Amino acid sequence: MKVIVPLKLVPDLVEDLEVDGSGKALDKEDLKFKLNEFDDHALEEAIQLKENNGAEVVAIAIDGEGVDKLLFTALAKGADKSIKITGADPKDSHQLAKIFAEALKNEGFDLVLTGVQSVDDRDGQLGPILATYLEVPVVSVVSGLAVSGNVITLHKEYSGGFMAEYEVDSPAVLGIQAARQTPRYTPVSKIRQIQETATIESVDAGDAGVGSGSEVSKMAPPAKGKGAKMLGSAEELLAVLKEVGAL
Amino acid sequence: MSETFVVTEHLNGEFQDITFEMLGKAKSLGGNVTAVVFGSMKDKASELGAADAVISVGGSDDYNPEEYAAALKSLLNEKNPDLVLVGSTSMGMDIATPVGTALDIPVIAYCQAIEASDGGYTCTSQLYGGKMDVESKVSSPAIVMVSSGAFDGESGRVSGSPSVEDFSAEYGAGKVRFKALLSPEAADVDITQSNILVAIGRGIGSKDDVEVAEELAKALKADVAGTRPLIDAGWLPKSRQVGKSGLKVKPKVYIALGISGAPEHIEGMKDSSTIIAINTDKNAPIFDIAHYGMTEDLFDVVEDLMDEL
Repeated sequence: MKVIVPLKLVPDLVEDLEVDGSGKALDKEDLKFKLNEFDDHALEEAIQLKENNGAEVVAIAIDGEGVDKLLFTALAKGADKSIKITGADPKDSHQLAKIFAEALKNEGFDLVLTGVQSVDDRDGQLGPILATYLEVPVVSVVSGLAVSGNVITLHKEYSGGFMAEYEVDSPAVLGIQAARQTPRYTPVSKIRQIQETATIESVDAGDAGVGSGSEVSKMAPPAKGKGAKMLGSAEELLAVLKEVGAL
Repeated sequence: MSETFVVTEHLNGEFQDITFEMLGKAKSLGGNVTAVVFGSMKDKASELGAADAVISVGGSDDYNPEEYAAALKSLLNEKNPDLVLVGSTSMGMDIATPVGTALDIPVIAYCQAIEASDGGYTCTSQLYGGKMDVESKVSSPAIVMVSSGAFDGESGRVSGSPSVEDFSAEYGAGKVRFKALLSPEAADVDITQSNILVAIGRGIGSKDDVEVAEELAKALKADVAGTRPLIDAGWLPKSRQVGKSGLKVKPKVYIALGISGAPEHIEGMKDSSTIIAINTDKNAPIFDIAHYGMTEDLFDVVEDLMDEL
């Protein structure tokens, strides 16, 4: 089974976010990027499939700052191949999905595991859009899957702790909420070692399409409500706990 | 007159809260409101009094991503409403963008506010973990994914007798098959019934430090709950998860330790009577909904507090 994992860098929310001069986008100046945490789960689940069932795992990402390191890290974690798509600058999830879809049509796949969502997918999540372009079924919010032949059995999560079990025929796209175990950590030394020996394949981006058909008109931090009354000490906190009946 | 379709959501034969939240919002936008129902839910059309009409696309009672998306696609293709509201939920995620992408209708996700504006709609999405409000302008027809809890469900929860129409829909190729609905595992503590919750997030740092929260909880006769990443990491059982894919809680007091307040978490706890948040990031969204806040290190605060207790 050939499992593809599209990877995406997103702004690290630990840093302060600022809006740029246009008032419609983040100021990229001081922005730090990291792998979308759900993509990390998708990659882990793919590597679990490889280790437990046998699978070929391919990580794929669109070229940009930090992407080589991202793709070498995927190899260090256990991916068999990493592909970098060059010459693309997607402006939204639709274009991102279109670029991945064009690359995957050439690459071939049985299963695509995407992160269920990312912090910036304003026009919808990558997985379902990608599945539509690839004309294969999609299930989102998946945690836990098993493969038997070309049938994937999976758990999809709902709210309130409910889950449902589905069977899906491959090829398919699954939006991964959580891998069966916490994504593995790879020491920097191992990534360096891989960098010495492995190579990242490069492919040219295909048509990115017209995008989502909607534009951002404004971006701003949320209007502050009344906000929290800030407390300065444990004594003050204690007084509040007594006041609200927690003690 | 504008036409709004609300894609209803049900589980175990009951319409979910998001259905009524979307109906209430659709009604406030004016125009004609049609509720789209699946399976045999048209039998409960009287609960959808906020809608002017109900269209049943049939299909199985158990949600099926492929089938429901195909049914909605065939319906929208024929009826062309101006606005389609779908939940920004586990179900909505599978159907909104596939239908929108296939029919070339723009989709806006994570919407907290929707207003009609000339020839279309202005929607505000909560992105970047709740740290940015992003406004999009979109011309109709448009599909808008509505965040759970963004709109009041009461105005949409009206009984009545909307007209019911059966639509003969398409259901896809049968590549996705529903097998079973799995109820939540039995838990030692039902956190939806807890009076006081000590909830922990990533700020707790390590599994060993969960003990700190447990000690505080013991002193306050509270129960311990947590955010998704902690449950995924196996630091707390799934039954203790608060938020979108976990449980909705409204205790008398919710003490949030090291929780930034991502929208997925806030959805599950914002109705708590008193929220006390302790987080070193003064810009954490949790402080926007908390009643009391502290920006000191949570371990120092808890240690000082334990000394006082």
